[in-house]
Amino acid sequence: MDTLAVDIAPVLDGFTVVLEPTNLLYCLIGVTVGMLVGVLPGLGPAATIAILLPITIGIEPVTAIIMLSGIFYGAQYGGTITSVLLKLPGEASSVVTVFDGHALSRQGRAGTALGIAAIGSFVGGTVSIVALSFLAPVVASFALDFGPPEYTALALLGILLVSTISSGSRLKALVAASIGLLLATVGRDAFTGGERFTFGNLNLADGLDFVPIAMGLFGLGEILYNLEERHTAAQAPMKVANVWPSRRDLRQSSGAIGRGSVLGFVLGILPGGGATLASLAAYAVEKRRSKTPERFGNGAVEGVAGPETANNAAATSSFIPLLTLGIPANATMAVIFGALLVIGVSPGPQLVTEEPELFWGVINSMYIGNILLLIMSIPLVGLFVKILRVRPAILAPITVLITLIGVYTVNNSVFDIVLVIVFGVLGYLMKKLGFDPGPLLLAFVLGVLLEESLRRSLLIFDGNAAEFFTRPISGTLLVVFLLVALLPLIGKAFARRRSAEQQNDTTKELV
Amino acid sequence: MTSAHDGAHAPTGPGGSTAAGASPLGADDAARSTTAVESPSTLHDLEEAVHRLEAEAEHRPPAAGPTTNLVVATLVVALGAAALVGSLSLGVGSARTPGSGTWPLILSLLIVVLGLGLAVTARSTTDAERFSRSSLLVLAGLATMVVFVALIGTIGFEIPAALLAFVWLRFLGGEGWRLSVVMSLGLVVAFYLIFVAALSVPIPHLF
Repeated sequence: MDTLAVDIAPVLDGFTVVLEPTNLLYCLIGVTVGMLVGVLPGLGPAATIAILLPITIGIEPVTAIIMLSGIFYGAQYGGTITSVLLKLPGEASSVVTVFDGHALSRQGRAGTALGIAAIGSFVGGTVSIVALSFLAPVVASFALDFGPPEYTALALLGILLVSTISSGSRLKALVAASIGLLLATVGRDAFTGGERFTFGNLNLADGLDFVPIAMGLFGLGEILYNLEERHTAAQAPMKVANVWPSRRDLRQSSGAIGRGSVLGFVLGILPGGGATLASLAAYAVEKRRSKTPERFGNGAVEGVAGPETANNAAATSSFIPLLTLGIPANATMAVIFGALLVIGVSPGPQLVTEEPELFWGVINSMYIGNILLLIMSIPLVGLFVKILRVRPAILAPITVLITLIGVYTVNNSVFDIVLVIVFGVLGYLMKKLGFDPGPLLLAFVLGVLLEESLRRSLLIFDGNAAEFFTRPISGTLLVVFLLVALLPLIGKAFARRRSAEQQNDTTKELV
Repeated sequence: MTSAHDGAHAPTGPGGSTAAGASPLGADDAARSTTAVESPSTLHDLEEAVHRLEAEAEHRPPAAGPTTNLVVATLVVALGAAALVGSLSLGVGSARTPGSGTWPLILSLLIVVLGLGLAVTARSTTDAERFSRSSLLVLAGLATMVVFVALIGTIGFEIPAALLAFVWLRFLGGEGWRLSVVMSLGLVVAFYLIFVAALSVPIPHLF
C-alpha cells in the first residue's frame, strides 16, 4: 500500500520549484520559441524540439526541463496553427484537425478553431497530467524489479511497435530502426573497452552524440527536403478574427473535449503512434456520436475539439513509458529522452525514488507549460499568423544557421557541425526515399540499453536464449513482440484473399 | 482493439495501398477513397484520407521507378554486408560469452535480410520520390553548408554564415539582390550579438 500511495510532499516541493520566477520565465520563453519554430511549415514537434535542443543546454537541470516542456507544448500547438490556417499539418497527429479546422477557417472562423483547439489541448493535457501524476509512480515501482531480460524485451517491443505504426512502409521502418541500432554501437564497447566502427577517428571514440543526429535527421533533413520547390506553393494564411469561441461553440464541443481527454490518455500510453491514433479515434467517435454527422468536414467545431484534445492528452500520457521505464514511445519522446539525457536526467524507474525533485519537476513543469500555452496562444495567435506571412525562403536560411551554430554550442565541437550535416543529408534522402526517420532515432536512443541488456541477459542465462520465455514479464512481452511481428503477415494473406474474392464478385457483376 | 486494428491495417503497410493499388482493383479503390474524402467515418477510411492529405500538403512529386528502389535496396544490403565484415573482425563470441561483435553481427544480418526484402518488393514500391532537376537545389544548399563547416575553424563564423544566408536567399529562395544582401548581413550581426556578445559562446569568430 505504501508504494501505491502518492507522497504529496515531493509533489508540492516540485511546484514551489516550478513557480520560481526564473523558471516561469524560462517556461514562457520555451512556449514562445516552441510555437515560433513550430509554426514554420514542415517542422513538426520532433523537428522543433531537435532544433531548439541547444538552448536548453548549459542551464540548470530543473530549469532546462521546464523550458523543454514549454517548447514541447508550444511545438505541439504550432502544428495546429498551420493545420488550421494553411492546411499544412506539422505532424501526423494534427492531420485530422485539417478536415474541420481548415473548413472553419475558410468560413472566416479560423479564430474559433484555434481557440477551441487551445482550450481542448489545455483540458486534455491537464487531465492527462493529473492521471500521469498518479499512475507514473505506480508503474515505476512495478518496473523497479525489471532486470536485463525485461528491458531487452521491452526495448525490442518498443522499437518494433514504433516501426509498425510509423508512417510509410513497415519494411523501410525496420531498416531504419536496424541502422539506428547499428549507429548506437559506434564507439567504445562498454563491456570490453574495445573500439567499434570508429575508423580510428578520435571524435567517434565516445560514440555518436544524440543531438547532432536528431537535429540533422529532423531539422536539416526537413529543410533540405523543403528546398525542392515545394515552398513556392505556400499560400497566404486566412485572416484570423475573433479567437474566443462563443458559448455555443463551447457547449457544442464540451462533450468532445471530455471524451477526447480520456481517449487520448488511454491511447497515448501505448507505444507507437499514440497521439496520431488518438486523434483519429477521437474524430471517428465524435462523428459517429453526432446527430448531424454531415457537418463533419464542413466546419464542425467538435471535429477540431475532439482530435486536438485527444492528441495533446496522448502526447502527455506518452511521457509515462518514458519517465517510468526509460522507453520513449515515439519519435518526439525519443527527442525528449535525448534532451533529458543531455541535461543530466536519465529517465527510468529509479527516477521517482532517487531523484524525486527532478521527477516531479518534469511533471509539474508540464502543468505550467500547459497553462502558459493557454494564456499565450489565444492572445498571440495574431503574431503567429504574421510569421506565417513571412516567405519560407527567408525563414529557411535562418533555421539552417540556428541549427549549424546551435549544434556547435552543445559541445563546442566543429565535428558536431559535420555530423549534423551528414545526418541532414541522410534525413533528406530518407524522407525522399520513403524511410521514416522516427524509428532510426528511437532505435539509436534505445540501442545501448538494448545491447547491454541483451548481453547481460545472455550472461545470466548462460547462453540459453530460451530462458527469456521462462520469466513471466519478459516472456509475455516477447510473445506480444512475436504477435506484432507476425500479425501483419497474416493480415496480408487475409487481405489478398479478400481482394481476390472481391475481384471475383466484380467480374461476376460485370458479367 | 484499436491497436490490433492498426497492426493489421498499418496505413501504407505491407497489405495497404502498395499491394492492392497495383492490382486491377485500382479503380475500385479510387472510387472508395473519393467517397472517403467527403465523409471519413471509419478509422480505416480516415487513415486513407489522412495519407492523401499529407501527400497533398507536401506536393509530393511522382514516385521513383524500380531502378531507384533497386539502388536503395542494394545500398542497404551493401551497408549490412560492410557492417557484417566489420563485426566479424570485432570478434563474434558465442551466446554464452557474447563479444564486441555479437550484437553488430545480428544487426548486420538483419539489415542484409531487410535489404533483400526491399529488393524483392522494388517493383511494387511507390513511396520513394523521383529525383528531379529541383533536387539540384538540395545539392547547392548542401554545398553552402560544407563551405560553412570547412571555413568556420579558420576564419570564424561571420563570413561563411553571411555567404550561406546570401546563397539561400538570392539563389535558392529567389529573393531580390538588395533584400538578400541586407538580410544576410543583418542575420550575421544578430547571431553575433546573441551568441558572442550576449551568451559568450566560444564559437570561432573573426571580430
